Amino acid sequence: MPIRRDSKGRYVEVELRRAEETLWLRCRECGELVFRRKLKETNHICPRCGAYFFLTAQERIASLVDRDTYAPIESGYASDDPLAFVDRRPYRERLDEAQAITGLNDAVVVGRGMVDGRPLLLAVMDFRFIGGSMGQVVGEEIAVALERAAELRIPFVLVVASGGARVQEGAVSLMQMAKTVAARNLLAAANVPFIAVFTYPSTGGMLASVASLADVTIAELGAMIGFAGPRVIEQTTGQRLPESFQTATFALEHGVVDQVVPRESLRAELARALLVLSGDHNG
Amino acid sequence: MVDDSAIRALEAKLVELRQMMEAGNVDLTEELAMLESKLLKLRREQYARMSEWDRVKLARHPERPRGLPLVEAMAHAFYELRGDRMGGDDPALRGGPAILGDHRVMLLFHHRGSTPEEQRACRHGMATPEGYRKSLRLMEIADRLKLPVISLVDTPGAYPGVQSEEQNIAGAIAQSISRMLSLNVPTIAVILGEGGSGGAIAVAAADRVLMMENATYSVISPEGAAAILWKDPSATPQAAQALRLTAPQLLELELIDAIVPEAIGGAHTDPKRTAEDLRATLCQQLTTLCERPLDELRHLRYKRYRNAGSARTPTDPS
Repeated sequence: MPIRRDSKGRYVEVELRRAEETLWLRCRECGELVFRRKLKETNHICPRCGAYFFLTAQERIASLVDRDTYAPIESGYASDDPLAFVDRRPYRERLDEAQAITGLNDAVVVGRGMVDGRPLLLAVMDFRFIGGSMGQVVGEEIAVALERAAELRIPFVLVVASGGARVQEGAVSLMQMAKTVAARNLLAAANVPFIAVFTYPSTGGMLASVASLADVTIAELGAMIGFAGPRVIEQTTGQRLPESFQTATFALEHGVVDQVVPRESLRAELARALLVLSGDHNG
Repeated sequence: MVDDSAIRALEAKLVELRQMMEAGNVDLTEELAMLESKLLKLRREQYARMSEWDRVKLARHPERPRGLPLVEAMAHAFYELRGDRMGGDDPALRGGPAILGDHRVMLLFHHRGSTPEEQRACRHGMATPEGYRKSLRLMEIADRLKLPVISLVDTPGAYPGVQSEEQNIAGAIAQSISRMLSLNVPTIAVILGEGGSGGAIAVAAADRVLMMENATYSVISPEGAAAILWKDPSATPQAAQALRLTAPQLLELELIDAIVPEAIGGAHTDPKRTAEDLRATLCQQLTTLCERPLDELRHLRYKRYRNAGSARTPTDPS
């Protein structure tokens, strides 16, 4: 269960849990027991210490989109297990388990909605589903969302929570990088804006493809943003990593993102960006 | 790799016999012919028994034809362009305009280096943001001057370092993929040795993707997969098998278009032929691609990557 702090002491905890299992959740930072319904009101921020609780895709959508404006776009795709991959466990089993825990087909949820009255096409990743990794279904769903946004001429917002490529789909997952970038180019040709929101984590093949090609990039405080894992970097280079390495602040300092905002401000930040980008002020 | 001591012994024997013949003492033509056919048979047998992990080792073979020496053997002329014009030059990812047969092209290629010093400087073919920004620059030139782009991919992956992250390696790779997909010229990628993950696809999103017979192409190295999924480095050969990273397997998955055959025993056993065969294959592909109208080429390219590795059927048709 990875826990990560950034320089401002915010942290995100990630746990596999079923959607509505318990009434109470314990904050891993301060030990406070928080009523689950209370957390919804606080954007899943601990009311006592300010720590961030992990967000599922559905929780993220609810925290960003205007009430009662969200309409899912369900393609119903599920992974074919294209390599018939088996490591210590068959990939098929991992898929079944992730589907049972999350109630999702795969690691991304796509839909339409409004933020502050402005329409958008939204793709939100769910880290619980095999680390939010991008395989053939994530690639397909993001491509569909980009094409739909181009067709409807409404801004596309991608909320990233991904460890990278889906290793169990081998070169098939690698192709999803090209696929999502191809679809992103289509959106660009339609002159429709694309906003990326980086959360914990935004890494690997997801970051090295569609996620890095947004017009505007907003990072949530507590995000991890980077191409290679810290352990790989240490092992390859023998370098000691700076303390703030791959945090949202680090990304801002190195010109990788436009803004870093705390979770409670993310919705307003998105609304501000949409206001200036959407260009529907003339009617 | 498969035990090749028998092959090495035969090779040594052949050299010895040839020397004896040259010295003019005896006529050993028959013996030589016999040994040569035996050697060929052994090589074929060994080649046929190769596991996926053996292929990985062949793809990484220190004497494998690759990088600058291969380009120089393959091209009639090559003019290297250096630098990303933003502060650096990466010796691990190189390129420039070249002449291949009757075609003027823009070449991009990974370079691993042959001496230990050169290998260190090239980080064994792991390119940095500077490398991918140089490739972006060269693609711009190719687009302007209407030069088809040919990339020779041979990298363990993009370089994982603090500086790479500080200079946004992920963004550099993403931009390289994006530009390659939008080029107004035909594009061909050859997976030459190792096609390692993002560092490979950055310059491999082409109209045609060819693979050398013993090249590998994967989202992660077998070592990496063994560490992450098996949590056991000794599972590396197993991981190589599970990843389906060989050319025949990727052809079957329809992720590549064609396989370029290698000499029995691997490309390194006959570097000259490797260069000639690769040039001939590329020229043939270029002739076909250049006949296509550009609109059609770009449409087919979009379709190819839009449909690449798609899940076949929705589970729930609603």
